[in-house]
Amino acid sequence: MSFSLDDVTRLARLARIDLDAAGAAEVRAKLDAIFGLIDALQSIDTTGIAPMAHAQDVTIPLRDDRVSAENRRELYQAQAPAVADGLYLVPRVIE
Amino acid sequence: MIAGARDGAGTVRALSDALRARRISSVEIAQDALARIAASQPVVNAFISVDGEGALAQARAADAALARGDAGPLTGIPIAHKDVLMTAGLRTTCASRMLEHFVAPYDAHVVARLRDAGTVLVGKTNMDEFAMGSSSETSYFGPVKNPWSAECVPGGSSGGSAAAVAAGLLPATTGTDTGGSIRQPAALTGVTGLKPTYGVCSRYGLIAFASSLDTPGPLARTAEDCALLLNAMAGHDPRDSTSLDRPREDYLRDIAAAHTSKPLAGVRVGLPREYFAAGLEHEVGVAIEAALAELRALGATTVDIALPMVEHAVPVYYVIAPAEASSNLSRFDGVRYGHRAARYGDLADMYCRTRAEGFGAEVKRRILVGTYVLSHGYYDAYYLQAQKVRRLIAQDFVRAFERCDVIAGPTAPTCAFTIGAKADDPVQMYLNDIFTIAANLTGMPAISVPCGFTAQSLPIGLQLQGNHFGEARILNVAHRFQQATDWHRRTPKSGSAQYFAAHSYETGAR
Repeated sequence: MSFSLDDVTRLARLARIDLDAAGAAEVRAKLDAIFGLIDALQSIDTTGIAPMAHAQDVTIPLRDDRVSAENRRELYQAQAPAVADGLYLVPRVIE
Repeated sequence: MIAGARDGAGTVRALSDALRARRISSVEIAQDALARIAASQPVVNAFISVDGEGALAQARAADAALARGDAGPLTGIPIAHKDVLMTAGLRTTCASRMLEHFVAPYDAHVVARLRDAGTVLVGKTNMDEFAMGSSSETSYFGPVKNPWSAECVPGGSSGGSAAAVAAGLLPATTGTDTGGSIRQPAALTGVTGLKPTYGVCSRYGLIAFASSLDTPGPLARTAEDCALLLNAMAGHDPRDSTSLDRPREDYLRDIAAAHTSKPLAGVRVGLPREYFAAGLEHEVGVAIEAALAELRALGATTVDIALPMVEHAVPVYYVIAPAEASSNLSRFDGVRYGHRAARYGDLADMYCRTRAEGFGAEVKRRILVGTYVLSHGYYDAYYLQAQKVRRLIAQDFVRAFERCDVIAGPTAPTCAFTIGAKADDPVQMYLNDIFTIAANLTGMPAISVPCGFTAQSLPIGLQLQGNHFGEARILNVAHRFQQATDWHRRTPKSGSAQYFAAHSYETGAR
């Protein structure tokens, strides 16, 4: 796997990380090296092997569907960069 | 030059005994720890935040509990948590600009349990940003230095937690281990560090890096102290859906048994030939062989085992962990908490600038790798394939544990390396985790114990890995090894000689 500058720019956009041309060039070289390590996996025969998503073969338990947490909005919103009237503020998305 | 410490000096057990015998107060211990932390900080940089006032208030409460006779084994013991574990009212940064000013609204489960056990929280330890690294160099708050040599890294990502114990600042700390982040720094700083079975300690309040691998655990001078801490940290928590609901265990139960001349009789120690191959530093190999001879002298038998798929553990990890990280770290977008860029245009621009400014280079790289391996057209080839190879690796260990009780080998392929030596080469940095990652992929417990030094007086760690829920057994093997050796009692010359001299009040302690 070898990345082009366009690949890196597209990837950064997908990941919502601003990346200038110099940054993209540096990242590209590192990604090539990292994928040089990772690509070794492609040659392993995994026919019939079930993917292992979790460290233990247990099913995730379900909790009863009832209200258990108290409202701590003010405490949580005290951490937010911008709030008003109990709402998080972001740049306008709908004109 | 290596200074020796008296048996038990500075351990949780010795401090606990001294507190109960009223030879010292928790306030005195906390004041002592705070003074040493302040003195060490310009050199070691093990801490991101120190809460002196809070620590003294907790210590006073602990002394009151001790006076009432209402105290457990950890009451009054000073402790610090890795800065990835949330602490109510105390800044939790993940060593990132993104969370530079974030004050956690609640305690992580393991933090609350150690608080309830009476420990005195003195601060938050430095680490690799978002726990992504093997050297504690990527912290926004500057690198951590190894107390054995300020030129060297302490390992990572729990480098501050390991360095704090190694430098004699605290008897114990917590860390988290996603690919070796407790064990590798424990090895590189000459302390004992345990990664429990996945699901034994809740991840609630642990700021997520790779959810299927992240595991909180203790670091201390001895295996016995790690068992004491794990007794408090372990337990079911319905707020973490992967927390296991099992009967409570006493992790000290095997350690408490009487010491005989052959305490490890009947224990089969598996030696994976893959862990003793090329790439292992010569001095590390020599120290591990000597440690294995010691285990045999204690009555254990060794058996050769094969883990043919384990060579793929590093590439599997560097697909799965970044994939999970890219998903987990998408929450840092400048809306609900953390950094927000000062200048931006529309919403997408705000996200992109916020994340570009808030994350460091290694975190961004891993997010990009994770985004790629999860993206349309590549998911099957990378993420799904890695999960399948993960199962093949786990099957190797299931087969191996049919023939042995414990798997032994080096924790890391080298001793501590020079600061900056691998900072620009992510692949070389990743290969440091070659022996530790498998325990995370399989969810099995593993411990690193000090087992020797290089000619340059840098520590070497022995890793003992157990089967699922085998904590008590590996803690016991580690404990018996520490009863017969004194590597864990060696302390760096810098600062700690005073520390151990200062523990004269422990006279009469073990």
